[in-house]
Amino acid sequence: MSGDETTFERFFGSLGEVFLLFGRAVREIFRRPFETSLTVVQLEQGGVDSWSITMLTAAFTGMVMASQFAIGLEPFGASMYTGKLVGLGIVRELGPVLTSLLVGGRVGAGFTAEIGSMAVTEQIDAIRALGADPVRKLVTPRVVAMTISIPLLTIMADLIGCAGGILITVAEVGVTFTFATEQMIQTIWVQDLMHGLIKSCFFGSIIATIACWNGMRTHGGTEGVGRATTETVVFTSVTILVSDFLLTRALLAIYA
Amino acid sequence: MSSPHERPRPRREQAADGAAGALRPHQRPGAEPIIQFRNVRKAFGRQVVYEDLSLDVFPGETLTIIGGSGQGKSVMLKLLIGLLRADGGSIQAFGQEVTTLAERDLLHLRSKVAMLFQGAALFDSMSVEENIKYPLIEHGWGTAAEMDQRVDEVLHMVDMPGVQKKKPSELSGGMRKRVGLARAIAIQPEVILYDEPTTGLDPINVRRINGLILSLQQRLGVTSVVVTHDMDTVFTVTDRLAMVYEKRIAFAGTPEEARNAELRYLREFVQGGWGTLDEDL
Repeated sequence: MSGDETTFERFFGSLGEVFLLFGRAVREIFRRPFETSLTVVQLEQGGVDSWSITMLTAAFTGMVMASQFAIGLEPFGASMYTGKLVGLGIVRELGPVLTSLLVGGRVGAGFTAEIGSMAVTEQIDAIRALGADPVRKLVTPRVVAMTISIPLLTIMADLIGCAGGILITVAEVGVTFTFATEQMIQTIWVQDLMHGLIKSCFFGSIIATIACWNGMRTHGGTEGVGRATTETVVFTSVTILVSDFLLTRALLAIYA
Repeated sequence: MSSPHERPRPRREQAADGAAGALRPHQRPGAEPIIQFRNVRKAFGRQVVYEDLSLDVFPGETLTIIGGSGQGKSVMLKLLIGLLRADGGSIQAFGQEVTTLAERDLLHLRSKVAMLFQGAALFDSMSVEENIKYPLIEHGWGTAAEMDQRVDEVLHMVDMPGVQKKKPSELSGGMRKRVGLARAIAIQPEVILYDEPTTGLDPINVRRINGLILSLQQRLGVTSVVVTHDMDTVFTVTDRLAMVYEKRIAFAGTPEEARNAELRYLREFVQGGWGTLDEDL
């Protein structure tokens, strides 16, 4: 990109590059042979290794929400409905968004740092010079792995978050465990789960694409890698939050 | 084929002999270039690297490209194998127009033209063996046993047997360059591009790499294009040298011709002196 471009032009130029890279990554999924081993490695590094931090965050988020709602609803005599609100809030919003923000920060930064280091040490040029396609080798396995692992992590986060919410509802409001659980199960519909999973699939693919795109355009040595890594955390977080609003509106329009 | 441990004869010794075979590849009757740069233009944003670059590379020769830092010598190598795209002009390699080849069509060219990167560009996450097998797998070399055998062969060629399982981080700078060279020659290319092969190495490793460049050219008959600042490398391996100066090739000829060239900057560069940038051109 030239130095004459305005911020507006740079933004839309970058957006276009991200979409093009995503398109190329998707196209490579259907070219044989599929890079299975590289994808499994990324599933492990991006998904399995993010499990503990995601579960810890989900459990405490569920408990904090329940604590706040139990007190907030008490003046209205509605504190027994705490479980309903916590369940809906986690499954529709906080499960997918918090999981994506956490994994996006952790794994997205890792993707950019690794690919960025490869870019500044000419390893990406070497991949091309040796007859391979960097998108196929680096981007596609990460996009596939994140599109699979974030929804799976979201399901786990939903379960743990709801369990934390139930625990605090029982302790604070004084309802029975069975009552709190039944209330939550009756409130959460399949479409609520789908709502969260559709979002998390989208977030997974966009986190991986942005992180890889930013890694591949890294220049300026180790300083450049540091800058690109920070940018990725900011870009992915902002993208998740903005697209969450747009997706929520779209999904509400579809399901309403 | 000569023995791997036989000392390759530096070009200056061969030239001094005036013996049979001292005729340089470009001087042989009917010699046609296999690579041609014609009026190539390249810029990065506002920074113009080449305005009108033209150069020929002949089969079997070792051509050295010299020039000051930041003159775009490495860019030339990357343009040649399509890692960068020229803004204008023509680059022909093996009769194909590189500037218009699609990425997929460049794969065939890259099986004939290999490159040793400045920092070797070994993949950190892979062992030496996996690094060398990488191009073999991509170009469909053969069975696993054949690939193992090829890895052994090329590691012997660069005098580094038994390091298959080591990671690049366990190797010194000179060893990394030699493994990088082993990876580059694994698929038996016809042309090898060397980007600053001796930069950052101690004198012993410099001589070792120079010896390898010379030995590969003499044993395998490959064409070599070497980008370097190191005049010892130039006079050890070169058939012809070309100087990049002021966004074009300001000189192309034998080292002997370079010593007597009209361009003072080149004469002083070759003799290790200080060039005068605003004179002679």
